[in-house]
Amino acid sequence: MITPDLGITLVVLPLTGALLAFLIRKHAHWIGLGTALAVSLILASLLTDLVTSPGDYYYTLGGWGAPLGIELHLDGLSAFMLMASVVTGLGVSLYAFSYFRIPPQDNGKSAAFWSLWLFLWAGLNALFLSADLFNLYVTLELIGLSAVALTALAGSRDALISAIRYLLTSLLGSLCYLLGIALLYHTYATVDLTLLSGRITAQPSTQAALALITAGLLLKSALFPLHFWLPPAHGSAAAPVSALLSALVVKASFYLLARLWLELFHPIHNLMPDLLGWFGAAAIIWGSLLALRQIRLKLLIAYSTVAQLGYFFLVFPLADNQSDEMLVGAWQGAFYMLLAHAFAKSAMFLAAGNIQLFSGHDRILEFDHIAQRLPLTLAAFSLAGVSIMGLPPSGGFTGKWLLLEAAIAQERWGYAIIILMGGLLAAGYVFKVIGHAFTQAQTESFISETRTIPAMMQWVALALALVSILLGCYPAPLLELLTIGNPFNFFHPGS
Amino acid sequence: MTIAILYASTGIGLFSLGLYALIVLTHLLRKLLAINVMSCGVFLVLAGLAAHTPNAIVDPIPHAMVITGIVVAIAATALGLSILLRIHALTGRVHLPGVDEQFDD
Amino acid sequence: MITQSWLPLLVLLTSLLSGLIIFTLPENNVRTRTTLNLLAAFSKIGLVSWMIWHIYQGQHYQIHIQFLPNIDFILQMDPLAVMFVSLSAVLWLVTTFYAIGYLEGSPHRSRFFGFFSLCVAATSGVAMAGNLLTFLICYELLTLAAYPLIVHRGTEAARKAGRTYLIYTIGGGVSLLTGTVWLYTLTGTLDFTPQGFVQQLSPALHPQLTIIFMLLIMGLGVKAALVPLHGWLPQAMVAPAPVSALLHAVAVVKAGAFGIVRVLYDVYGIDFSATLGVTAPLVMLAAITIIYGSLRALTQDNLKRRLAFSTVSQVSYITLGVALAGPIGAIGGLVHLVHQGLMKITLFFCAGNLAETLGIHKISEMKGVGRRMPLTMTAFTLAALGMIGVPPIAGFISKWYLGMGALQSGLTWVIGVLLISTLLNAAYFLPILYTAWFDRPDTEPIAHPKTSRLLLWPPLITALLSLAAGLFAALPYTPLEWARFIVDLEFLQP
Repeated sequence: MITPDLGITLVVLPLTGALLAFLIRKHAHWIGLGTALAVSLILASLLTDLVTSPGDYYYTLGGWGAPLGIELHLDGLSAFMLMASVVTGLGVSLYAFSYFRIPPQDNGKSAAFWSLWLFLWAGLNALFLSADLFNLYVTLELIGLSAVALTALAGSRDALISAIRYLLTSLLGSLCYLLGIALLYHTYATVDLTLLSGRITAQPSTQAALALITAGLLLKSALFPLHFWLPPAHGSAAAPVSALLSALVVKASFYLLARLWLELFHPIHNLMPDLLGWFGAAAIIWGSLLALRQIRLKLLIAYSTVAQLGYFFLVFPLADNQSDEMLVGAWQGAFYMLLAHAFAKSAMFLAAGNIQLFSGHDRILEFDHIAQRLPLTLAAFSLAGVSIMGLPPSGGFTGKWLLLEAAIAQERWGYAIIILMGGLLAAGYVFKVIGHAFTQAQTESFISETRTIPAMMQWVALALALVSILLGCYPAPLLELLTIGNPFNFFHPGS
Repeated sequence: MTIAILYASTGIGLFSLGLYALIVLTHLLRKLLAINVMSCGVFLVLAGLAAHTPNAIVDPIPHAMVITGIVVAIAATALGLSILLRIHALTGRVHLPGVDEQFDD
Repeated sequence: MITQSWLPLLVLLTSLLSGLIIFTLPENNVRTRTTLNLLAAFSKIGLVSWMIWHIYQGQHYQIHIQFLPNIDFILQMDPLAVMFVSLSAVLWLVTTFYAIGYLEGSPHRSRFFGFFSLCVAATSGVAMAGNLLTFLICYELLTLAAYPLIVHRGTEAARKAGRTYLIYTIGGGVSLLTGTVWLYTLTGTLDFTPQGFVQQLSPALHPQLTIIFMLLIMGLGVKAALVPLHGWLPQAMVAPAPVSALLHAVAVVKAGAFGIVRVLYDVYGIDFSATLGVTAPLVMLAAITIIYGSLRALTQDNLKRRLAFSTVSQVSYITLGVALAGPIGAIGGLVHLVHQGLMKITLFFCAGNLAETLGIHKISEMKGVGRRMPLTMTAFTLAALGMIGVPPIAGFISKWYLGMGALQSGLTWVIGVLLISTLLNAAYFLPILYTAWFDRPDTEPIAHPKTSRLLLWPPLITALLSLAAGLFAALPYTPLEWARFIVDLEFLQP
């Protein structure tokens, strides 16, 4: 079929771009930008195709089908995630184009950034399209290694230390995941998701595999209490890298967990959904409280990611054993929040990057009338903050509404209260930053010198933030897109 | 089947040993080696459980998975080692900073 | 006949788009910015007038845009919406003139007028909202758009006031959101229906409905400055005078009061609310607020703070009126929405003039100022007398109906509250008038710059409007008649 052909291009193009950027270092940024634009165009046509002829699409690579070959699967959910990946990727590429050409970033790291980023992109797109467990493992590793290398690219002591910690954690996660695959393969003799979903039953080996796979993916998604590696890594990486890490990389493992849950593990009734829900709730509270205490802007935003991730995990208990409409609503809410968060968080990190370049530091209390001197950047941060807080109109509000509706309809007041508290705490830390940006520095230190920030960087941050707001102005079509191909209905054995 | 179980249990044992070392040891090189030991454990489990029935031909797919895994492990170890070297060059040590030395967390 | 019409959306867009464009204008581009501002304000009034004219001939205006799978974004011009939208359109025009004059030469005017326009856009949305979700969205937008206006000056005091404001309003927003979602899960709809849409739920759900009512009122009561949720309002006085004028008379506080009316009339229905037993506590709360606000106002020396507490007290007349659950009281409450707006904005304009021209912020500094700024103080006097309830200024009409309504509902103690409140109003307004007109100034009058026309005309216009609204109240097309019309619709027996 035509549609998944385009899908594979979404993987091949960044891969080729990465190799070219590695070989032709001098023009790496042009190759990177060109690839980004090409990928965006392809995604646009892919989405148009999908919307005009909605359905579930499978594509076998090289004509070898499952269980031996690799199959790609495109439905509404994967299209949704691809949208997150490509739009954020385009924005960050535009930003990085300017970022790596101004000192002190123009020291030859540009080529390395572009290769690594394009590898990461290829891995992400491949992950969203894959339909068998082992292929997913490979993509997870590709994503993990590129992300670690990108983190280390900043070169500072903090960046390197957080990179090695990230690497070790990521590898541990992958190994748990691989062990889980081993157990599943041994029991069911296949790794293809569709075939597995037909064969899976609740056995001890499957329970063990589920636990291992979940543990591995939780490590990669930085769900509380396994979030320790995230704030240092996201806080010390270069601004475009932080944006990518928070917006996309941690979402990839969440998506995978959700997908495996929906396709494979749902029939196994156990404690898992509630456990994930409790951890998610704890993440929201813990992450937000710690964000409030931060002195540095980038660490504040990183802890905000920890908190926001908690929201997504609330969908597991809320969508468990529900009627179709409530179930779809909860999943739509979680993924819509995810999409809005991708745009809003990347906008926030890019804005923070601008502020850091401008004043040479990112200590919140020492912001000196940033609002007046970097109005576009502050507008970007504020609009992104509106989505993070879940205030209307924004994508974050739409997602929060759907999750809240699911929680209250099921009378799960604990989760409802946590969702609301998360919004209040987010308002706390977002307005802390905005308030200080409007006023003068709290301390006596003077800003040594300030630099002009290229217009492109400011506008990209603002554009991404605007997208997260626009998501909330007309959510109906995207919510429809999410349900194409029926990703949220699944087979209840015996019902 | 017994051979398979032997391989599998050794694999799980190696995995647990590696996990313990990863968490407890502080020297970064040792942590990397622990990861390698853990991967060996997982590969053993994969390969060991490859044979489902005693008489049938051994299933080649897990072997392909193991080979892929080995390649990934090599790349990851290389990355880890290069970061390690840079950390040593910058700070003169190869330990993760202790809790009290952390930056704002 | 219900056809989709773009006009309500257009009303919203006039201020939204002009606000967004103003953000991008350079600071010195006064002419473009002023033109844009006035163009938007006039076109808004034009659109509203056009729609009112056609509504009188039987046309309905509404627009539905699909938002969430089962809930639409709805804007509609029902009589209550018309009342609030026309008030905000007219007062926005007047305040725009005033703000242009007041902020002449100050920094960051583009930013100011941008958010100013956004505030008005949000207020129009609140007025025209056709269901609780649309209301919530515009209500929260208003919260966000008003914040930069409060911290506009960029001082530490402004930041702290903004922080207090946020704590209260975002907390209120959470309460409102919870109530809305909960209600939706129970009823499956949020569309405003005259006489409410919750009556058909089973009685087993009544305890939940009561809690939801409390949540909704708490969320709305923050903006409407119901005690004890009023704490942000006096602090927000650090903002420039046009902001205070807008906040108190037109936008934020009125949005809260308007919301309470909507909930009582079009969500719960006034009869059902009475049976549920939630109107009695609300009357209590409104009465307490009325007295408390007036008492606090007595002790304030800062003029704007005294006016702030006066607002706390006066806006609760609206809540009191509708919570009396009878048609006459309702007329009093609703018409006070308009009258208080006119009178309060006059008072704030005058306070702004005093601060701008003579640097006067405290009442103790106002000795003999009537001689130096006679026009300003005349407007102030008219408005203050109206607040006290002296006929024939508009405030008297509202109090009269409230009193009659209290009698009709059998809550005679409310009349006592009204009397005490009137006395307290006199107690904190008359001394100001006395000081201004009859006291000798402490120092010799020094030559001072004349107050510009842009600062003089708005308060005079609004003061005269308050007088007219009272004098000509019995004529058609006045706020009083409109309030009667709305109440007829609500209390019509099905």
